[in-house]
Amino acid sequence: MLDRINKAQDIINAACETLGRQINIMEVCGTHTVSIFRSGIRSILPDNLKLLSGPGCPVCVTDQGYIDAVLQLADRNDCIIATYGDMIRVPGKDGSLETKQVKANIKIVLSSEDALQLAKDNPGKTVVFVAVGFETTAPATAVVVKEAAAGAIDNFCILSGHKLVIPAMRALLSEKNHNINAFLCPGHVSAIIGYGAFAGIVEDFGRPCVVAGFEPVQIIEGLCEICRQLSAGTAELKSIYSAVVTEKGNIAAQQIVNECFEPADGYWRGLGKIEKSTLKLKEMYGRFDAFRRFGISEEPGEEIKGCRCGEVLCGLIEPTECGLFGRDCTPQEPVGPCMVSSEGACAAWFKYSRKKRR
Amino acid sequence: MGNRFKAKTTLLPEAKLGDLVLIHAGFAISLVDEEEGKKTWQLISEINEFMDTQNRLSG
Repeated sequence: MLDRINKAQDIINAACETLGRQINIMEVCGTHTVSIFRSGIRSILPDNLKLLSGPGCPVCVTDQGYIDAVLQLADRNDCIIATYGDMIRVPGKDGSLETKQVKANIKIVLSSEDALQLAKDNPGKTVVFVAVGFETTAPATAVVVKEAAAGAIDNFCILSGHKLVIPAMRALLSEKNHNINAFLCPGHVSAIIGYGAFAGIVEDFGRPCVVAGFEPVQIIEGLCEICRQLSAGTAELKSIYSAVVTEKGNIAAQQIVNECFEPADGYWRGLGKIEKSTLKLKEMYGRFDAFRRFGISEEPGEEIKGCRCGEVLCGLIEPTECGLFGRDCTPQEPVGPCMVSSEGACAAWFKYSRKKRR
Repeated sequence: MGNRFKAKTTLLPEAKLGDLVLIHAGFAISLVDEEEGKKTWQLISEINEFMDTQNRLSG
């Protein structure tokens, strides 16, 4: 393994020296972010190569308006909130799910199936599944929506906060002041959508897109491939995660998502409103839509004062440039979502890189 | 080795008994190439051996 790392590192060093200028590579996946920090990859990169943590953590990109909607539903006595664990501590206008007084109606689930089971077990309550996540998680939600429809489990509904990675990448590259030279593309999202889905970004924006796995050696080899392309002045689409990712992805998963959901305009933290970037339940499954059932409008929320998560997510600043980082905002008492989620850039930075300021 | 976990194969109908699969949020989402899987396990066992050596040295 060590020789693979050494070889990749040599190529990265040579390419960055040839390039001479500042190179920014953005990873768009929270699991990559954590693996990069935990393994210390940043510390062995040349000075002019910077890694930006992009909008790849589902909790972090979730707009404040959505979080406030979840908290509003948590106050109802007739509802049970079923959520993946990482949403529990995200602060809203009025506390977080964790600090809510009535905690009995907030349940952590490991999968969408568990949420549906809660509905079956509690016929007197409406179970609202907090459906966040990217293309990787949306199929799991679609499966249970179909099951709920087939089994007439009408006390089940979902609050869809599902998001699509590619429209966000396009939005980032369409900003005038962006500083992204290439993308390290997410591994598990690609397992669903296929690496072919990134072809348009390479063609339209001339940015290398490389899909990599999550082991440190795979990430370094992904960065190596990107540096090779940049120094050769090319932009190509490449997957080096062939053990898991195919060009076309998981067709069965894509089909079930298309059956239940349609792309809709939606709000992202830091990026604002992006056209056709979120997944909304189709009309035929509209009765399982919690927004519709409870008459909640999808408005953008008010950002938390002083919190710069939005800029962190776009790669415009590093976490330490936020005035709250490490003092008013820590993993114990987080202010913004990037500090709450273990996949957030601020949390990873706090845990692994705090002492060393580069 | 590892954890026991109940997962559904709804999203991966082609999965057969004995296949290696990638699981995300309770669902198998992709088949994993067996050779690659073995390589990963090999790496993990290398790490374990290394840790054992370290423990013996310090102990």
